Amino acid sequence: MKIYDAGKVIAGLIIFFVVFTFPVYYNHGKVEPAPKPSLETEKIQSLYEKNCVEDKATMRSGHMLLLDKWRDTVVRDRLRSYAGFKGTRFEMSLSNTCMDCHSNKEQFCDACHNYAGVTPYCWECHLTPKEMK
Amino acid sequence: MLEKALHGSEKYWGWVVALLALIGLGFATYLLQYFQGLGVTGMSRDISWGIYISQLTYLVGVAASGVMLVLPYYLHDYKEFGKITILGEFMAVAAVMTCMLFVLVDLGQPMRLLNIFLYPTPNSILFWDAVVLNVYMLLNIVIGWTVLQAQRKDVPPPKWVKPLIYISIPWAFSIHTVTAFLYAGLPGRHFWLTAIMAPRFLASAFAAGPAILLLIAFILRKVTGFDPGRKAIGALAKIITYAMIANVFFFLLEIFTAFYSNIPGHKHTFIYLFAGLEGHHGLVPFMWASQFFSLVALVLLIPPRFRHNEKLLIVALASLVLGTWIDKGLGLVVGGFVPNMLEHVTEYIPTVPELIITVGVYAIGLFVLTILFKIAVSVKQEIGG
Amino acid sequence: MDSTRRSFLKILGVTAAGLTVRPSADAWALGAKPRGAAPLDNALVGKRWAMVIDLQKLTDKVRKDAVEACNRAHNIPHYENHDDEIKWIWEEGYHNAFPGQHNHHLPVELTRDPLLVLCNHCENPPCVRVCPTKATFQREDGIVMMDYHRCIGCRFCMAGCPYGSRSFNFWDPRKQPPLVNEKGEFDPPSPDYPTRMRGVVEKCNFCAERLAKGKLPACVEASNGALLFGDLADHESEVAKALRSRYSIRRKPDLGTEPQVYYLI
Repeated sequence: MKIYDAGKVIAGLIIFFVVFTFPVYYNHGKVEPAPKPSLETEKIQSLYEKNCVEDKATMRSGHMLLLDKWRDTVVRDRLRSYAGFKGTRFEMSLSNTCMDCHSNKEQFCDACHNYAGVTPYCWECHLTPKEMK
Repeated sequence: MLEKALHGSEKYWGWVVALLALIGLGFATYLLQYFQGLGVTGMSRDISWGIYISQLTYLVGVAASGVMLVLPYYLHDYKEFGKITILGEFMAVAAVMTCMLFVLVDLGQPMRLLNIFLYPTPNSILFWDAVVLNVYMLLNIVIGWTVLQAQRKDVPPPKWVKPLIYISIPWAFSIHTVTAFLYAGLPGRHFWLTAIMAPRFLASAFAAGPAILLLIAFILRKVTGFDPGRKAIGALAKIITYAMIANVFFFLLEIFTAFYSNIPGHKHTFIYLFAGLEGHHGLVPFMWASQFFSLVALVLLIPPRFRHNEKLLIVALASLVLGTWIDKGLGLVVGGFVPNMLEHVTEYIPTVPELIITVGVYAIGLFVLTILFKIAVSVKQEIGG
Repeated sequence: MDSTRRSFLKILGVTAAGLTVRPSADAWALGAKPRGAAPLDNALVGKRWAMVIDLQKLTDKVRKDAVEACNRAHNIPHYENHDDEIKWIWEEGYHNAFPGQHNHHLPVELTRDPLLVLCNHCENPPCVRVCPTKATFQREDGIVMMDYHRCIGCRFCMAGCPYGSRSFNFWDPRKQPPLVNEKGEFDPPSPDYPTRMRGVVEKCNFCAERLAKGKLPACVEASNGALLFGDLADHESEVAKALRSRYSIRRKPDLGTEPQVYYLI
């Protein structure tokens, strides 16, 4: 088999490979430790039972899906009350429920979001605890 | 066949680079609009659609007009259009693509564009417009490309193309009908609320689209020597003439209904456009210019003696394009918003960034058109057609 | 060789297209409702919410208070430029609010002063009909809602609304006063309602967020009895009684939209 323009093709492939794998070797050996979201807020400390609306594992992996469902349910189905996994009732509200306990947005939300390189646009409209005071 | 677009004269490359420069400028300006908001345009709470949506409307017509070549060639076996039908199909592709880009630059949240398909809403005409435009573009790419490829290899086109061609004919009518429905079904907007909006759109499209195509064909003939043939030009000029007559006729019908009925809401926009309303007359000179150009076009098109004179024909076509562009690409959309729903008069003046973005989008359309036409003409010349 | 390469590329293309479908299919699988979703305990529930505006009680102060209450409650930005304005409820002249419903011999008291206009929460809302994404939709209780999360900003609803009740965020609302204070800090007047982002359409929502918590709309609360709000499906509601006892008009009734904002003459 003959490759036409072999020189150009191979050079192109090499350049592609180098660029494509750039993040791998650029970041090699520079592991940043995953941040631990802080639970140190007055409200959480004062709670007798420190439970979120779902268990920790669910919240950690699926809080964005939960919030997405919440917003559709509140806006489109006009239902605002949610039964937490322990049976407690919560208002489905990012600003008023989630951020009421997790009032430390910088240490709780942003730390992980920055680490994971995601920029949720919730805060373009919804108010942060600082903005609400 | 794509490789044909990679070999060209210096002039060809100069043109391509110029277009790319305009696209780059348009894109940079679009970034400004994207990050700051549509406030950088001249649109307002009262006139919430401007030059972008106007261009969408105009270009859907240009796209639909491809059918004026496809229909005679494939349904009536009118052989004279054999050489330029491909140009009609490829122009349709470029025009539809440009339409969709104009929708995109008009959106406040372009990143959410796919919501139209993620939450399909059959009661929204805009949903159907998105559907028919995409399908029409696909049809024309597939048909044009396949037929051209077959011609290049000197074999008859594959059988499966035939049904697609037949579908594409009513489909062309559908895209402009649906686009007319965007406007013609809105309660309270009297200027748009007219049952002849769709026929009016089609008439102006079948005049303006082929006129643009003929003008491009004349340029192509000069630059590449590709000759559509005298008879094809004559036939197309005749189609343009009749369509333009119908277009002007429909317009006069609108005037009659508005003014003979004497219903204020029906008259307001016409008064605004042609005489000015409550001291606002920004569009008046344009609208009269449009009438003037349309008149010149008709005078030069109707007598066969003038029409057969190519120099006069070019003047006629150019005035026709200008006249219909002002009418449909400016007055029709903006006019519908004046006066507003509370009978206040706000005027619309496009801003510089808005115009640069418009030029940039047109440059993308011309770029695609250039590539497609380059391929078509190269293939036609290769097979000595 | 040529034909096999071509078919290989075709397969490659189809596969790539298929890969783009997979992740979104995952997202569609999550359709279930949140656990035990219900209205809040004290929510006001109705079947056909409506507003009645008593033109005889509509003084200058009432109008200003109602507009101000709404603007504060919903963090509505203020634009100097008329083109960019965001308005949920605002003052209009009688002739502007009711084009086609006037003559030269009406009582001066009726036409002299401005009145209040807002979204009519039509029974047959044209804006809902034209929206390509269901970002604006009608709830079972008649409220025509905006889902700012879904709006693509095409502004078809603005062309479709025959009352001019819709506003578009031409700019980032968070950079406008009074959401930005004199020191240039973002300082919204109300902590109870989010702001919007640029590029989406907004309008009056009959204070759906307040009804959900058992409160009347902000403008009604501030109106000193000039604005009534209630459920027209309930024969004994205040609004139903008011409409039975006095003559009322609606804006552009001939369009068949069935507005749910009534004006008592």
